[in-house]
Amino acid sequence: MREEEIRDIIFDILLEIAPEADLKTLPHHGDLRKTLDIDSFDFLNLMIGLNERLGVDIPESDYEKLNTLSNMLTYLSARLG
Amino acid sequence: MVEFRMPSLGTDMKKGTLVEWKVKPGDHVKRGDIIAEVETEKGVIEIEVFVDGIIEKLLIQPGDEVLVGTPIALIRTEGQQETEIKAAAAEQDEGAQVKEGTESPLQYKACSIAAHRAKEQPEQTREKLRAEAGGEKRIKVSPAARKRAEELGLDLTTVRGTGPDGAISLADVEKAAIAGKPAERKAAWQIPTGPEGADFQLGMRRAIAAAMGRSNREIPHYYLETRIDLSRAVRWLTEENKKRSVKDRILPVVLLLKATALALTEVPALNGYWIEDRHQPVEAIHVGFAIALRQGGLIAPAIHHADLKSLDELMVDMKDLITRTRSGGLRSSEMTDATVTLTNLGDLGVESAFGLIYPPQVALVSFGRITDQPWVENGMIGIRPVVSATLAGDHRATDGRTGSQFLNALHRYLQEAERL
Repeated sequence: MREEEIRDIIFDILLEIAPEADLKTLPHHGDLRKTLDIDSFDFLNLMIGLNERLGVDIPESDYEKLNTLSNMLTYLSARLG
Repeated sequence: MVEFRMPSLGTDMKKGTLVEWKVKPGDHVKRGDIIAEVETEKGVIEIEVFVDGIIEKLLIQPGDEVLVGTPIALIRTEGQQETEIKAAAAEQDEGAQVKEGTESPLQYKACSIAAHRAKEQPEQTREKLRAEAGGEKRIKVSPAARKRAEELGLDLTTVRGTGPDGAISLADVEKAAIAGKPAERKAAWQIPTGPEGADFQLGMRRAIAAAMGRSNREIPHYYLETRIDLSRAVRWLTEENKKRSVKDRILPVVLLLKATALALTEVPALNGYWIEDRHQPVEAIHVGFAIALRQGGLIAPAIHHADLKSLDELMVDMKDLITRTRSGGLRSSEMTDATVTLTNLGDLGVESAFGLIYPPQVALVSFGRITDQPWVENGMIGIRPVVSATLAGDHRATDGRTGSQFLNALHRYLQEAERL
């Protein structure tokens, strides 16, 4: 799966969680949770969404590798590769 | 026959707008069934009925905005049950006559508060209430409102006026038009802009202002804080979550919730209300869980019997409650039943919180962020995940000694997460 496709899926899920977010201006290297004001419940929903859409079950110990959009894309590309 | 009245869904609610009836005359209903959807300052709430019976008559229409306490439906009950309800209602009426300026979330809250509120109304409001309940009144309408109603194809007899002598204003017509179209109704988070969103924001702020203003005026708060070592709890939870797929994982806040509920079983004085100038602890532990809304404001709906539920059940309940709080569909019992409130501001990064008690409750438990801190145990220093737990107590109801017993119990439960 191409990185753009993964990014679109991430954005889809993020829009459900934070409908007011302007994802076009989302910084690639900024802390995702802080930027979008995502609490632990929202973050869990993001993980569940990724699991449902991409079939990737992300262990809790990997959560810190998903802290920015850029890192999330790297991680998911590797897992799906 | 029982008059079902517009329930009060919190100390801050004064009126509600009927969005939709879920029943029609002749329908059988059971206690706990959802019979209507009502729009309040806190969004659209599903209203549960409190008796078994048959719907005799619906007294208001979708779009009607009525004061808390206004009869909205007649329900026919049968035999013994009816006698009991009458007796209970009479008791509540009596209580309401004697006591002023308080509400009773005990027994059947909506009913008792409704009866009480109606008595509290000044004469002018009471007349309006009667007029609204009776439905027999000459309609006064502003020219702009009449024009707009025609444009919208809205029947003016279904619009409740909020102007002088119940005159219908343009705003009333707009509100009725919005409320009358459930299909176009938007969830709270979908209304960040425009007059509708501004109204919701204003309503929400006013609701919070009323409750928190009263809390700060009336409740002499005392605060206690303790830091709790969560290393055992976090380790246990990490191991537990490793075995689970992402859908079934438990968040740390669920451990805090369950430990809070269990600690309250040991220190029951903090679970309950201050009503009618006295402390009224209750046995059932319904934890109001403060949920922030993305567009601002918060709601603290109740997680029922939190002490009796497993961590898995609590996680499911919490997910469901957060989802419904943010997208609409909370039930009336969830809005009124909380016996204590828990806030977890730590999730957003603060280390500790000192909040205001939600009246008529007598305690608020706050947790901060779980952070790695230096910790000394048995003469050894190490780095541990630590959380700050704060108790706000109502000093009329309890003293610091009771509060510290609670925090100690909470600490103890969190050292044995596997038993939660």
